[in-house]
Amino acid sequence: MRPFENYGVPIPGMDPAELTGWLVVVEGTDGVGRTTHVNHLRTHLERQGYAVAETGLTRSDLASRGIRRAKQGNTLGSNAYNLFYATDFADRLERQIIPALRAGFVMLTDRYVYSLIARAIVRGAEPDWIKQVYSFSLQPDAVLYLRITVPDLVPRIVANGGFDYWESGMDLPMGEDIYDSFIRYQARVIEQLDGLAREYDFETIDATRPEEGIAEELASRVSRLLETGGRRGRA
Amino acid sequence: MIGTPGLYGANQREFPGRLFIVEGIDGSGKSTQLTLLAQWLRGQGYPVVFSEWNSSLIVKATTSRAKRRHLLTPLAFSLIHATDFSDRVEREIVPSLKAGAIVLADRYVYTAFARDVVRGVDPRWVRSLYRFAAAPTRAFYFRVPLEVALRRILSGRPKLKYYEAGMDLGLHPDPSESYRLFQARILAQYETLVGEYGLSVMDATEPVEVQQRRLRREILPLLSGLKGSGETHATV
Repeated sequence: MRPFENYGVPIPGMDPAELTGWLVVVEGTDGVGRTTHVNHLRTHLERQGYAVAETGLTRSDLASRGIRRAKQGNTLGSNAYNLFYATDFADRLERQIIPALRAGFVMLTDRYVYSLIARAIVRGAEPDWIKQVYSFSLQPDAVLYLRITVPDLVPRIVANGGFDYWESGMDLPMGEDIYDSFIRYQARVIEQLDGLAREYDFETIDATRPEEGIAEELASRVSRLLETGGRRGRA
Repeated sequence: MIGTPGLYGANQREFPGRLFIVEGIDGSGKSTQLTLLAQWLRGQGYPVVFSEWNSSLIVKATTSRAKRRHLLTPLAFSLIHATDFSDRVEREIVPSLKAGAIVLADRYVYTAFARDVVRGVDPRWVRSLYRFAAAPTRAFYFRVPLEVALRRILSGRPKLKYYEAGMDLGLHPDPSESYRLFQARILAQYETLVGEYGLSVMDATEPVEVQQRRLRREILPLLSGLKGSGETHATV
C-alpha cells in the first residue's frame, strides 16, 4: 500500500506514512440519502471487525457554531462563506480525520471537499481558485457518489420535510419561489458534482434505486476496497 | 488537483477609490502612521474608510474563541483569517473603493503571507488563497530592526497572548522568548515580500513626524483625480 497523498499541497507537520487507516467518502447532493447510507456502511463494516469513525460537513469544534450564526442572519459575504466552510473542513481534517487514520480506522465522511467545491462554484467562486484552496486535502481511497437527477430528488425532499432555504439556493438570485429556486440550484450543484466525478474519478452509484440495493452495492464496493487496497494498492 | 494556481495579484480590477496599506512587524509604528495619515486626508475633505486586520464581527467571535482555547492548527489559522479578510473585502473594502473612497488598511495579505509561512504553510498555497484581494494603490512596509521593535513592545511588560507570541510553533516555553524568535522569523519573511510585491519601504526608526511627512509626500501624487467633499486640495 502506498501512503496517502494530498492534492498538491502538504499539511504542515503531517507525515502521510503514519496514516494506516482508510478514507471513504460518500458524496451526493442534499436529500439523496447519504446519511442513511453512511449509517448502513458503518454497521456493515463494524460487523466485519473494522473500527469506524465518521464526520460530515460543519461538524468542527472550531467553526460550526460561527457558520450556524452567520447563516441565521445571512450576514457573511458569499466568498467568506466559502472560506468559513474551508476552515471548518481543515479543522475536521486535522483534528478528526487524520487522528482516526493514524489510529487505523475506516473514516467514513458524509461529503468531502467536492460538495464544498461544487457549492462554491455555483455561488460564483472561480473553479481553479476554490480547488486550489482545498489542495491540502487528502485524496480519499474511494469517493462513492450517490447520483440522482432533480426530478427524482423532488419527491424525496417533499416527503422529508420540504425545502430548506440553503439547499434551495435561496441566498442566490434564482427566483423568489423556493420550489423554482430549488430546481435551478440543485440542477447546477448536480452538474458541478458530475464534472467533479469525472475529474476526480468517483465511483458513481445510481441513487434512484431502492435503498437496499444501494446499500448492498456500497457495502460490496467498500469491502472490495479494503481487500484490494484500491487506488493505493494498485501498482 | 489543479493546473497553474492563480496567485495574489492576478485578475485585478480597477476601482475609482484608492487603497493604501501599512505593513510591518508589531512595534514598527505603522498604526500610528496610518492614524495620522487618516487625519490629514479627512482634513483635506476626502472620504476615508479604515479597515483593520481581523475585524469582521461575525468571524471574529469564532477566531477569538478558538484563540482562547488554542484550537487552531496552522491551516485553520490561515483559513479563519482569510475568511475574516474575505468578508471585509466583499462588504467593506471593495464597496468603498467603488464609491471612490480612500481605504486605509492596517495590515493586509502580506501579514498572512509572512505569518502563515512562518507557521509552516505552503507559500504558494497562501498566495493563491488570497487571490480575491483587491490590489493596493500602494503598500508601505515599515522596516524596523528587530531589537527596536521588541523594545517598544516588551518594555511595557505586556501579557503576550498564545498565538501573538507564536507559542503554537513550540519555539520556546517562555512567551517573551518565543515572541522574539517568532518576530525574527516574520521579519525575515517581510523582507522577501518587499521585492516580490514592490512594497514601499519606510524607515521606521526615524522620528514619527519625519516618517509622516514622507508618507504624505508619497501619497499625494496618487490622489490626483480623486474627488474630495470640499474645495480643498491636498498639500503636505
